[in-house]
Amino acid sequence: MNLLAKIGRTALGLLAAVGRVSLFAGATLTHLIRPPFYPREVGLALLHIGWLSLPVVGLTAIFTGGALALQIYAGGARFNAEAVVPQIVAIGMVRELGPVLVGLMIAARVTSSIAAETATMKVTEQIDALVTLSTHPMKYLTAPRVLAATLTVPLLVGVGDIIGIFGGYAVATGTLGFNAAAYIQNTVDFIELKDISSSLAKGAAFGFIAALMGCYFGMNSGRGAQGVGRATKGSVEAAAVLILAANFVLTGVFFSI
Amino acid sequence: MITLENVHKSFDDNHVLRGVTLHVAKGTSMVIIGGSGTGKSICIKTILGLVTPEQGRITVDGTDVTQADRDAFLARFGMLFQGGALFDSLPVWQNVAFRLLRGSLARPRDDARAVAIEKLRRVGLTPDVADRFPAELSGGMQKRVGLARAIAADPEIIFFDEPTTGLDPIMAGVINALIREIVTEMGATTMTITHDMTSVRTIADNVAMLHAGKIRWTGPVSKMDAAGDPYVDQFIHGRAEGPIEAVR
Repeated sequence: MNLLAKIGRTALGLLAAVGRVSLFAGATLTHLIRPPFYPREVGLALLHIGWLSLPVVGLTAIFTGGALALQIYAGGARFNAEAVVPQIVAIGMVRELGPVLVGLMIAARVTSSIAAETATMKVTEQIDALVTLSTHPMKYLTAPRVLAATLTVPLLVGVGDIIGIFGGYAVATGTLGFNAAAYIQNTVDFIELKDISSSLAKGAAFGFIAALMGCYFGMNSGRGAQGVGRATKGSVEAAAVLILAANFVLTGVFFSI
Repeated sequence: MITLENVHKSFDDNHVLRGVTLHVAKGTSMVIIGGSGTGKSICIKTILGLVTPEQGRITVDGTDVTQADRDAFLARFGMLFQGGALFDSLPVWQNVAFRLLRGSLARPRDDARAVAIEKLRRVGLTPDVADRFPAELSGGMQKRVGLARAIAADPEIIFFDEPTTGLDPIMAGVINALIREIVTEMGATTMTITHDMTSVRTIADNVAMLHAGKIRWTGPVSKMDAAGDPYVDQFIHGRAEGPIEAVR
């Protein structure tokens, strides 16, 4: 009986959390389309989330692309399929690794930053101060960040895809003996428009999730340094899990036969 | 006139406000005193709508605060928060002019900056402070920037939450004098929360003591010493012995 009660309580708690996050997401979308708008805040968020994430995204992508080329070459050699390296690197990066790794890096870099900043603002009464200054915190803090992440993460994913493919190209042509022109030709021939569109759509979804989780946990943080720490940790965990779950769903939507 | 009638607020099992009734006349300075954790800040936050009471009615000039147009209502208020609550990411002048740079009170950037520098001067800070960031300022300077922000849009009603906490006695005296000057010159209605009896005697026209979630005593500051209430007497003289338990 105790076990059943525990399961019930956990399930109810989970459903309540899903409900709260859904309401928060709905409120965010409402504030995105209703004035007043804060273009300066959107601009700053674009800079912080998009431009300043480029180095970490680029480094992650290039090493992943290189490692992927090595793995596919070694694995393919077992059944004389070494020649598929360009195609598998391209499809692997564009369909899966590019969006997922960029999403997870954004969760680590941006979600944590948004959650810590917002939670600190809450703890130090800056959120209350915003309200007393006739500024809605959802409009001023949440909507710009969520909009900026939803717009820029697809671009980061696109950049990550290209750099990842370049990483595979560099390894394949530099150490595995592939012809450079043939590698590029095979890559271009193999990638379809659907691969690119799914990659960018995943990027938009992951950006939305990453920023939303940062804002949600920040706005609902507990008191003191411990509250800020818990909000930051919780936001990254939730964003990472939701990104991976959303990736599974979106892959099913785009590629299920 | 600000009126609270039978306001109740709880946080889980903690019944912070248990029927607060208080009247603050227009153009007067009301100071709320009381021990830590007695709900003084919550009292102010319920008026601003930052905290929603479970029961009771709050009106400003006869209008129920829950019925008022939110933007127009908040435009009448200024608030100095206990820790300053300055926005770290903005320079000082943009903190002060925050309300003047956006929303219904927005004005050109140069005008807003000029107003910010004038308000900074008003609280005894030089123009070179305007382009610094809050983290570069001392606690006393942050308090004064918070004060400048509270008065930037010339509000009719100003709330001060622990305006002198954490300041040295000289800086506390400076802040108290500034608040009194602002109240007198601007003719604003003010509510101040403090434990500091020097602040009470400098700032207040009227005093209310909050204890156990209710207003224990209220009256003119001139009658506070002769209030005849053992709770008020213990508090204003800072005695460990008395009806207010030292361990709460």
